[in-house]
Amino acid sequence: MGLTGLEIFKQLPKTNCKDCGHPTCLAFAMAMAAGKAGLDQCPHVSEAAKEALGAASAPPVALVKIGTGEKELTLGNETVLFRHDKRFEHPAGIAVTVSDTAGEEEIAARVDQINKLVFDRVGQLHSVNLVAVRNDSGDAEKFAAAAKAASANTAYPLVLITEDTAAMEKALELVGSKKPLLCGATSANYEGMTALAKKYEAPMVVKGANLNELAELVEKVVALGHKQLILDSGAREVHKVLADQTQIRRQALKRFRPFGYPTITFVTNEDPFQAVADAAVYICKYAGIVVLQTADPADILPLITLRLNIYTDPQKPIAVESKIYEIGNPGPDSPVYITTNFSLTYFCVAGDVEASRVPGYILPVDTDGISVLTGWAAGKFTPEKIAEMLKNSGIAEKVSHRKVIIPGGVAVLSGKLQELSGWEVLVGPRESSGIPSFLKQRWNV
Amino acid sequence: MAVTIAKERWTNNVAEVVLGTEPNIVKIGGESTLPFLHFEGEMPNRPAVALEVWDMEPTGWPDILTSAYAGVLNDPVAWAKKCVEYGADLVCLTLVSAHPDNKNTSPEECAQVAKAVADAVNVPLIILGCGVEEKDAQVLEKVAEALSGRNYLLGCATQENYKTITAACMVHGHNIIASSPLDINLEKQLNILITEMNLTANRIVIDPSVGALGYGIEYAYSIMERTRIGALTGDKMMAMPVICLLGQEVWKTKEAKSTTEEAPEWGNQERRAILWEVITAVAFAQAGGSLFVMRHPEALKQFRAHIDKMMQSNAY
Repeated sequence: MGLTGLEIFKQLPKTNCKDCGHPTCLAFAMAMAAGKAGLDQCPHVSEAAKEALGAASAPPVALVKIGTGEKELTLGNETVLFRHDKRFEHPAGIAVTVSDTAGEEEIAARVDQINKLVFDRVGQLHSVNLVAVRNDSGDAEKFAAAAKAASANTAYPLVLITEDTAAMEKALELVGSKKPLLCGATSANYEGMTALAKKYEAPMVVKGANLNELAELVEKVVALGHKQLILDSGAREVHKVLADQTQIRRQALKRFRPFGYPTITFVTNEDPFQAVADAAVYICKYAGIVVLQTADPADILPLITLRLNIYTDPQKPIAVESKIYEIGNPGPDSPVYITTNFSLTYFCVAGDVEASRVPGYILPVDTDGISVLTGWAAGKFTPEKIAEMLKNSGIAEKVSHRKVIIPGGVAVLSGKLQELSGWEVLVGPRESSGIPSFLKQRWNV
Repeated sequence: MAVTIAKERWTNNVAEVVLGTEPNIVKIGGESTLPFLHFEGEMPNRPAVALEVWDMEPTGWPDILTSAYAGVLNDPVAWAKKCVEYGADLVCLTLVSAHPDNKNTSPEECAQVAKAVADAVNVPLIILGCGVEEKDAQVLEKVAEALSGRNYLLGCATQENYKTITAACMVHGHNIIASSPLDINLEKQLNILITEMNLTANRIVIDPSVGALGYGIEYAYSIMERTRIGALTGDKMMAMPVICLLGQEVWKTKEAKSTTEEAPEWGNQERRAILWEVITAVAFAQAGGSLFVMRHPEALKQFRAHIDKMMQSNAY
């Protein structure tokens, strides 16, 4: 990877002025080496140092933006091969195709279907990111009309898929101001395509027939002065795409500059089940964008969920909001479960309450997103906090009983909690998987 | 500009574990690179897939799952045969009825059922207890004895009960699933404890306690990646193949269980639920899983078709 902290330090003013927000120049240099600070934070750095450090301090995978406004998609800035090494930064963009052979109404309907691919997961909305218009007709006018129709019906940025520069130009005349992704440049058309991308200041896919040709082509395009690039190695079969994606990411991290850009993958498998499986591989393994032909929510939901999981920051436990969660349609007699707001803990409990087939309420206490035993040990999962949540969450108005189930691992809290809250405390199982059988034996008896 | 293909020089490989007896053996593990990077190293064995059989009729399984096993759900022998018909590489017999909350079936009765299933199919078996550690030790001891010499895979052994199960596997010639709760240090420690009892490392399979897609899949995913990297860089106590008991996790999620009518915005239930199981498996295959225990025959079929594709060479 880049330079060491000491190498960076040598280029800094060494005045320890603190203007960058770090206590010393050395601390700033170390933060930069770790990728946690950027050179632009130092107002006093010399031009010579900028030159020397600029290339080395640039991220191994360039930052590329597609579209404008709220739905703008940001890709790149990736620094690792494995999520456990740090984290994956920008979740893969999911694009769904629209063919320009369809009529205007058909396009509107298809785009409307794509717009609806939004899913709620613990209060957060997750969706696809791009609408990809394909020039299947081979006709420039039709392509431009389809791009316009798609653009008119969605807030998502577009991917314009044609290798015909004339068709691309027509489409850009209508939708170019929204900075679509041009898809794209090949060895045959790269001069014309790059000129268009530069004119509209839009990002562009560079497609090679293989890794060697891709590297050559990227250098030619960069020489023409365009750097907002997305890479396509040309591979379409899943086992080959995996190899190429792995190579591109490895080479980028080794600072092989032609591969220092996000990638795009195309799911072309004709078997609709296998197509989703292929897409899952690309989401796991480095794709910047995955282009899908399906807009079926049954296909998209697992992929969006996988993306959410893979791109979760492993260094930051994710927390769910501390509030009353209703599982099933609970009523005044339903059980009340206490757990912590560490999302994995919450999901385990929610899954097992669901498996019990008895509707219930779950109250995840705010423990800053840490688990039951860790929370207890750290003094963040206390009888006081649980009592406070029982009192302030409004659960007392929702149920007619006053029984609360706490995790078996913190049975020791039950006496104090009962005293503080006035609720009868039932000590549940140590593992949430024991909830269904616990309910059978202990609830309403 | 010619690209120099980046290849890692790994120093070690994952141990190869052989399950069953000739001519019906299944080999897992043996990889000398990361999953499916054929351009870099060897992946001598394709990931194997088992379907799950219970020793009592399940409750709470959705219709789209039970309908695939209509008429055999109360007969483990017939159910196991059905799994083989569906193309399972192995059958995973889960002795759920031994749980004190279920039928509290005795170890002897469990062993009888396991024997009957073993005699009815020619694929190797994975035999799991009911998840109550103390009971599983008793049950698996009897099962190991009744199936002596068949070289099956028994589990799950935990910190609490591994001694009895390891001893039974050694005496009766079986392999063991070493199970740890999503913790790479505990995982390694249990492998050490088991090998210290002189069960060889190539008779251990790691169970990292996987979650389903959407329910903490990323924890097991990263533990499996770290385990594989540990194995390839020379840590013998992490160089065991990994089993993913994913069917049991997938089929309790609401994404698999909600009907099309209950969740119309999620699309058709059957397609969604099967994909939930397939995509969970696909992700774990990328992380380094070698043995997969699934439930739906269509998910098995689709996952195997995916593996066929992934096993093709991508050498440059």
